[in-house]
Amino acid sequence: MQQFANPARFLKIANASLPYIWAITAILFVIGLYGALVTTPPDYQQGETVRIMYVHVPAAWLGLFIYCLMGFFSAIAFIYRHPLADVAAKTAAPLGAVFCFLALVTGSFWGKPMWGTWWAWGDARLTSMFILLLFYLGYMSVWSSIDEPSRAAAIARIVALVGVINVFVVKFSVNWWNSLHQPASVIKLGGPSIDKSMLWALLVMALAYTFLFLALHLVSMRTEIAARKLRNARLAEIGNR
Amino acid sequence: MLQQVSALITRDIALARRQGGGLGAAFGFILSVMVLIPLAIGPDQILLSKLAPGMMWLALLLSVLLTADRMFQQDFEDGSLDILAMGKLPFEVVTLAKALAHWITVSLPLAIITPPLGLLMSIDVSQLPILFVSMICGSLALSLLAAIGGAITAGLRRGGLLVSLLVLPLYVPVLIFGVAACTANLGASSSTPALIVLCSITLMSLVISPWACAAALKAYLR
Repeated sequence: MQQFANPARFLKIANASLPYIWAITAILFVIGLYGALVTTPPDYQQGETVRIMYVHVPAAWLGLFIYCLMGFFSAIAFIYRHPLADVAAKTAAPLGAVFCFLALVTGSFWGKPMWGTWWAWGDARLTSMFILLLFYLGYMSVWSSIDEPSRAAAIARIVALVGVINVFVVKFSVNWWNSLHQPASVIKLGGPSIDKSMLWALLVMALAYTFLFLALHLVSMRTEIAARKLRNARLAEIGNR
Repeated sequence: MLQQVSALITRDIALARRQGGGLGAAFGFILSVMVLIPLAIGPDQILLSKLAPGMMWLALLLSVLLTADRMFQQDFEDGSLDILAMGKLPFEVVTLAKALAHWITVSLPLAIITPPLGLLMSIDVSQLPILFVSMICGSLALSLLAAIGGAITAGLRRGGLLVSLLVLPLYVPVLIFGVAACTANLGASSSTPALIVLCSITLMSLVISPWACAAALKAYLR
């Protein structure tokens, strides 16, 4: 971990590996989308609508995964005081929020033909995903409302760590709440198990999303480091006057 | 140490009593919500009594939230927080004492006043005891979680909106189990499990909140 903490070395590695990561992302998306839209069979119950799953489920997975990653980076920053870990957590948040939002929107597109409604509070996963989005927005607004970067970083770490602990409590309580209010109209998503002919496309799409996140994350980390350099240079210029 | 903590709590209580405002405004807020809800949804007695526990929990939660951003702000601005941070008392204990003082001066009185107001929403009288118990158990968690929001925005000029964005998601479990305890009485299941989970959430906030508040405030005091 330590050797990646140096921003200069990080930039070197990121710049060298980015073209390959973009290439892998593109290839995975081509394979995954072809599989999802063309070769996989339609569901015997849901018909062609099941294809929404291939864009919906990976987005939801990434929304959760990025949140955990943000908590991990914040813990690293809290313990070792690596500025780069703060940058990683900060830049991951908007990406995670977008994936979360994407999961919500595609979920509601899927819900319309399946459940007959755009939004079903009866589905615990939709509800907890929505609360996850709120956590993302809270974390991002901490960064944007505190001007001084080091202070914002210190406070954002705490928000992320408290949020990670709490998101599991929220998940659990929404499940409980859901079992209390379970309406009869909600059909179980996807059925009990998923067929192998669909699973491979889903996994390829999940991998494609993950690589897309990796590429975007590296780019936005690079941008953030450049923005900080620029800020420091401007401050130094003012100081020299 | 206990002496210092109780001194700190008495100081905060005295301050809250002499300045006034916080509790009165929060109570006025709950009262106006209780009046406005029937006006908004109509005078249907059955519907009102069905909605009552949830609406009352919501009113309690929002009124506590209203007082959250002032929790550390005054002590931060006049410098008392700097002195407390330099003192012998661990800073986590200081923040815990402040959260407890907030509970005693705001959340607990509100939790005691709110259930009788449910009569305005034609709540079933047999539900009142459980509403009392669940609100008193949950109010400590409300204060502790509000303290996190207050600490995060202590140094900000306009922290009010940020507090609600940060704290409302944290309030979700308290709301769910608080209301579950009250409505469980109606069905076959007993309200004990929900109350136990509510208490465990309170205990968990008791562990997380002092640490998070202290860490956030230290970032401002540096």
